[in-house]
Amino acid sequence: MPEPIAPITGSSWIGFRTLLYKEVLRFWKVALQTVLAPVLTAVLFLLIFSHVLDRHVTVYGDIGYTTFLVPGLVMMSLLQNAFANSSSSLIQSKITGNIIFVLLPPISYREFYAAYVTASVLRGLFVGLGVWLVAIPFVDVPVEHPLWVVVFAVFGGAILGSLGVIAGIWADKFDQLSAFQNFLVMPLTMLSGVFYSIHSLPQLWQDVSHANPFFFMIDGFRYGFFGQSDVSPWLSLGVVSGCLVLLASLTLAMLARGYKLRN
Amino acid sequence: MNTPAIRIESLTKRYGALEALAGVSLVVEQGEFFGLLGPNGAGKTTLISALSGLVRPSAGTLAVMGHDVVSDYRNARMKLGVVPQELVFDPFFSVRELLRIQSGYFGISRNDAWIDEILASLDLLPKANANMRTLSGGMKRRVLVAQALVHRPPVIVLDEPTAGVDVELRQGLWKFIRKLNQDGHTIVLTTHYLEEAEAMCGRIAMLKAGRIVALDSTRALLRQFATHSLRVRLQRPELGVALGGVAESEDWIAFGFDACEDLEQLLARLRAAGAGIEEVQLGEADLERVFVEVMNRA
Repeated sequence: MPEPIAPITGSSWIGFRTLLYKEVLRFWKVALQTVLAPVLTAVLFLLIFSHVLDRHVTVYGDIGYTTFLVPGLVMMSLLQNAFANSSSSLIQSKITGNIIFVLLPPISYREFYAAYVTASVLRGLFVGLGVWLVAIPFVDVPVEHPLWVVVFAVFGGAILGSLGVIAGIWADKFDQLSAFQNFLVMPLTMLSGVFYSIHSLPQLWQDVSHANPFFFMIDGFRYGFFGQSDVSPWLSLGVVSGCLVLLASLTLAMLARGYKLRN
Repeated sequence: MNTPAIRIESLTKRYGALEALAGVSLVVEQGEFFGLLGPNGAGKTTLISALSGLVRPSAGTLAVMGHDVVSDYRNARMKLGVVPQELVFDPFFSVRELLRIQSGYFGISRNDAWIDEILASLDLLPKANANMRTLSGGMKRRVLVAQALVHRPPVIVLDEPTAGVDVELRQGLWKFIRKLNQDGHTIVLTTHYLEEAEAMCGRIAMLKAGRIVALDSTRALLRQFATHSLRVRLQRPELGVALGGVAESEDWIAFGFDACEDLEQLLARLRAAGAGIEEVQLGEADLERVFVEVMNRA
């Protein structure tokens, strides 16, 4: 019997890198839909709200409403698109069946998680950056603490990327995924203080807002721009880090068990 | 002694109350062309899925080239190429992009020379830069084969690779797969086309309701289970029936026999009885008859 062709051995790093590259390429090939469309939506929000409210509302003393609005819109777009990336990629792959091309190779569940979440963060950052760049000609937004901006952007994107992995794995049809998006992600984002400072709310709603982790993502992110926020940025960082650890652990546990992927 | 290409021991897979695989044990040696046959729902695809890590076994162990598919999954998967039954593809990419990506998943960053070789062997070079969505079903099937080969696995599993494929492509695929086997790759094949399994496979396992009900070389199975058949048109068919034949119509009687010597004796007895042989038809033993017989017995 002839000797079989020697198998090529390779490192898992290349597997992770390739899956990440594939996920980035996937959204980049349809960037009109995945990057430019959400940027346009955010800019429309900015134009309409700034037109209606800029002369009537100031926040943190002397910050104009339009200036206040920009970081919130950037973060909202970033979070929603980070979620959309991993969730839509996974459910499409599951429904079309091509998920097996990722499940057959020697890619570990940790590499799988890291690749999908990193791609989500990158899409979120692209969209967020796009919103910010488009807003620059209209409004001057200071960046007091760039490191806080980056940390909250990456952590927020990773949280929503993880949530997207959970939703993409859990959902069996697009309808279920849409419910996840419309009844969980969208309300939590909209009610997180994107469009207002929670100090403008009655005490009850201020307390309710503190139960919303999205509030801490956006408030901490906004601190990076203005050096001011509704709550301490350290508290926000603690809540956001805690949420990330919790969701990452849950997602990794699902993947390790092969929940709905390897059964 | 060589490590078996595939070793499966007491494999059980349960989905709730349903036992899809019930204690299957099987060894496939390196270099074999092995057939896995069974009716729909017998457990063939579940077995392949367990082997490739797509489902977790409820009990039992599986190893590819000596590597356990659960505890040493990286090495096991490096040594296994799977061509899935469903015609699945990623609509975002071209054929070449897809093969480069698939190579990367297996840890190979520069694989263009081998990818070109596979594309050429499967007549896919003209379509290398075409998007998957634009390919015909047959072309997509070839890409599936190409994807399974990017990491040069010594063991290749083909789950009904010719389902819904036209004759020309089917012949081309078999030629290519036979060449892979001649080069030393172990091939495991599931198919509903039993004549293909008979022509290609050296050894065959038949599954029914999650259990192996027959496992032997193709030749031995044909010898063991299938009798040749003789159909004769007789002037006096009642004499044929009296000699053990089965009346298929008014004057056609069918007999089963195992070896050529039996045929001579049978014809001699018919002549001696004065049955008046007018016409004779010989039927070869084939895997389809074996399959039906095994499934009916099990």
